[in-house]
Amino acid sequence: MTPPRVPPTGLRFENIDKRYGGLFALRRVSFAIAPGECVVLAGRNGSGKTTLLRVAAQIVKPTAGKLTFPGASVDSSTNGRPGYVAHTTMVYDELTAEENLLLFAKLQNVESPAARAEELLREVGLIERRDSLVRTFSRGMRQRIAIARALIHRPSVLLFDEPATGLDPLGISWLAKTLGEVNRAGCTVVMSLHGESEISALATRAVQLDAGSIVADTQSGASLHSILTFGSA
Amino acid sequence: MSLFSNTATLLGKELRTEFRSRELLTTTAVFILIVLVLFSFAVTPGTEEARQFAPGLLWLAILFASSLMFQSCYLREQTNDTLSSLRLAVSDPFSIFLAKLIANTLFLLLTEIIMLPFFALFYNIPLWSKLPVLLLVLLVGSLGISIAGTAISAISAQARMRELLLPLLLLPLLTPVLVVSSLVTGNLLEREPIIQWKGIAFVAVFDLVFLTALWLFGEYLLEE
Amino acid sequence: MAKRLILGAVALLLVIASAYASFYIAPQERTMGVIQRIFYFHVASAWAGFTAFFICFIANILYVLKRAEKYDWLGVSSAEVGLAFTTVVLITGPIWAHPVWGIWWTWDARLTSTFILWLLYVSYLLLRTLIEEPERRALLSSLFGIFAFIDVPLVFGAIRWWRTQHPSPVIMGGQGSGLEPTMKAVFFFSVFAYHVFMTFLIVERYILEKTKAEVDILRREAEAQ
Repeated sequence: MTPPRVPPTGLRFENIDKRYGGLFALRRVSFAIAPGECVVLAGRNGSGKTTLLRVAAQIVKPTAGKLTFPGASVDSSTNGRPGYVAHTTMVYDELTAEENLLLFAKLQNVESPAARAEELLREVGLIERRDSLVRTFSRGMRQRIAIARALIHRPSVLLFDEPATGLDPLGISWLAKTLGEVNRAGCTVVMSLHGESEISALATRAVQLDAGSIVADTQSGASLHSILTFGSA
Repeated sequence: MSLFSNTATLLGKELRTEFRSRELLTTTAVFILIVLVLFSFAVTPGTEEARQFAPGLLWLAILFASSLMFQSCYLREQTNDTLSSLRLAVSDPFSIFLAKLIANTLFLLLTEIIMLPFFALFYNIPLWSKLPVLLLVLLVGSLGISIAGTAISAISAQARMRELLLPLLLLPLLTPVLVVSSLVTGNLLEREPIIQWKGIAFVAVFDLVFLTALWLFGEYLLEE
Repeated sequence: MAKRLILGAVALLLVIASAYASFYIAPQERTMGVIQRIFYFHVASAWAGFTAFFICFIANILYVLKRAEKYDWLGVSSAEVGLAFTTVVLITGPIWAHPVWGIWWTWDARLTSTFILWLLYVSYLLLRTLIEEPERRALLSSLFGIFAFIDVPLVFGAIRWWRTQHPSPVIMGGQGSGLEPTMKAVFFFSVFAYHVFMTFLIVERYILEKTKAEVDILRREAEAQ
C-alpha cells in the first residue's frame, strides 16, 4: 500500500458542538488523535459517531468549536483532506469503476491519474471489473470501490463509518488486512464500530461516545473491551 | 486554474452520465413536443392568431420542460451521497455549480434545437433565415433558465414535496426570461423580422446577475 | 412591553389619521372623483411592502453570513408583513380600476410585477413550511429570499418593457402625473403612517417568532428526555 503523500497527520477536536434545532448531536467534544494512531469510535446508534466523522471529514460544519489537523501541510489543497468512507459508496452508479476513480483522481490533482486509478483498482482487487458500471457491484465490491475512492489522493487521515456493515466474514478479513496495511503505511485511521471483531483488533485506542459526549477513552485507562461492548461486560 | 480544470472534469462527468442513458434528454424533448401539440389545440391552427401565440407558447413549453429537467439535477447526487464526495474532492465548490449549469444549458439547447423543426411545422413559421439570431436568443434564455434552475433545485432538493416545490420556486423567478424572450422571439419571427438587441441584452443581464449570486452564495447551498 | 403598546397605539392613530386625511383633507381629483382616493392607500401600502421586503433581504444576507437566529426571525416577520401590504396593493388596484376602466385587471405593468413579487414571497413562506429542521429552514429560505429579491428589479424591468410593446391602461395615471401640494402632503403622511404601522407589525411578529422558537427548543428537550 503506497504511503500517504504528506507526513503523518493527527486530528484535534476542540469543544466541538453540533446542534440540529434544539438537539445536540455533539456536545463539547474535545480530544486529540496522534499521527499514525488507529482509533475506534464506539457507542450506541445515535451517540454521535457518524456526525463526528462527518465533522472530521469537513462535510459538516460544527455549530461551535475548532477542528485542526496537527502536522498537516500548510497548503489547504484537497490533498490535505481526509479520505472518508461512509455507508454509501459516494461514487456514481452510472460510471465504471475506472471512470469513477479517474474522476476523483483528476479533481484532486493526483499525479498521473490514470496510473494511480489502475494501481488502486489492483490494490482493492477490482482490476477485473474496471469497465463494469458500479451499479452492477455487490455489497463487498461497493465497499472496495468506496475505499479506493477514499485513498486515491493518498490521504494522511482515513475516516471510516461502520466499515463492517453488510460484509461477510471473508470481506471482514480482507478489510482488516487492508486497514492494517493502510495504517502501517503511515495513515491515521479513525473508524466507528460496533462490538469486537478482526477490525477492532487493529485499534491502538478507543473512544466511547454517548448522547454526543465522550464518556470513556482507553487513553485515560478504560479497557478496549469495555468500550467496544459499551461497558456492559 | 483549478476552478476551470475541476469544472471541465465535472462537466465531462455530467455529459458522460447523461449521454450514457439519455433518459433526461429524451424525456425533456418528448415533453416539449407534447406541450407544443397540446397548446396548438388551444388556438385555431393555421391562423394568424396561432402565429402570434406561437413564440410565447414555445417559451412556456421550454420553461415547463426545464422545471421537470432540474428535478434530477441533485437527485442524481443524492442516491449515493456523491455530493459529499464531490465537495471533499474539489477545491472550489463553485465548479460543481458551473459544471451543472453548463451541462443543463447544453441539454436544454439540444432539446430546443430538436424541437425547432416541429415548432416550425405546427405553427407554420419559416425559421431557416432567422436561425442564427434565434439560436442566440435560445442560448441566452436557456442559460438564464439553467443558472436559476441549478441554484433553486439545490434548495428544493433539501425540502419536502420537492417535485411540486421546484416549479413553484423557479417559475416566478424566471418571469423576466419568459416575458422578454417571447417578445424578442415574436419580433424575430414576424414577416418583417425585427431584432430586439435590447431584449437580448436584458436577458444577458439576468444571466449575469444570477451567475454572480450563485458564485457568491453557492457554497452555502451545499452546506450540511 | 410599554414600548410595544405605545408603538402600537401610535401606529394605529397614524393609520386612522391618514385614512381621515385621504378622505377629508385631500382635495377631490378632477377626472376620477372619489375613487382616486384609493391612491393614498394603494401606493403607501406598496412602498411599505417594498420596504418590508428590503428588510427581509438584509435579514437574509445577515443570516447567511452570521447564522444568528434573530436574523431568521426578522426575515420571516418582514416577509409576512410585506406580503400583507402587497396583498392590499393587489386588492386596491382592481378596486380602483373597475369604476374607471370597467375591467378588474388591466395588466398594468406595476400591478402585474407586484403580483409576481407577491408570488415570490408566497413561495418563500411555502418553502419554510416544507423544511422541518430550524437551521436548514433558516439557511435555505434565506438563500431563496436573496435570489427572489435580486430578481425583483428584473421582473419590474421586464414587464415594463413588455407593456411598452403592448400598451394598456395604466393605473393611477402613471408616476408622471403631478400631485397638487395638499395631495403630496397627504400622500407622504400616508407613507409615513404605513411605515410606522409596518414597523409595529414586524416587531410584534418578530416577538411571536422568537417565543415560538424558544417553546420549540423546550419541547424538543422535553421529548429527548
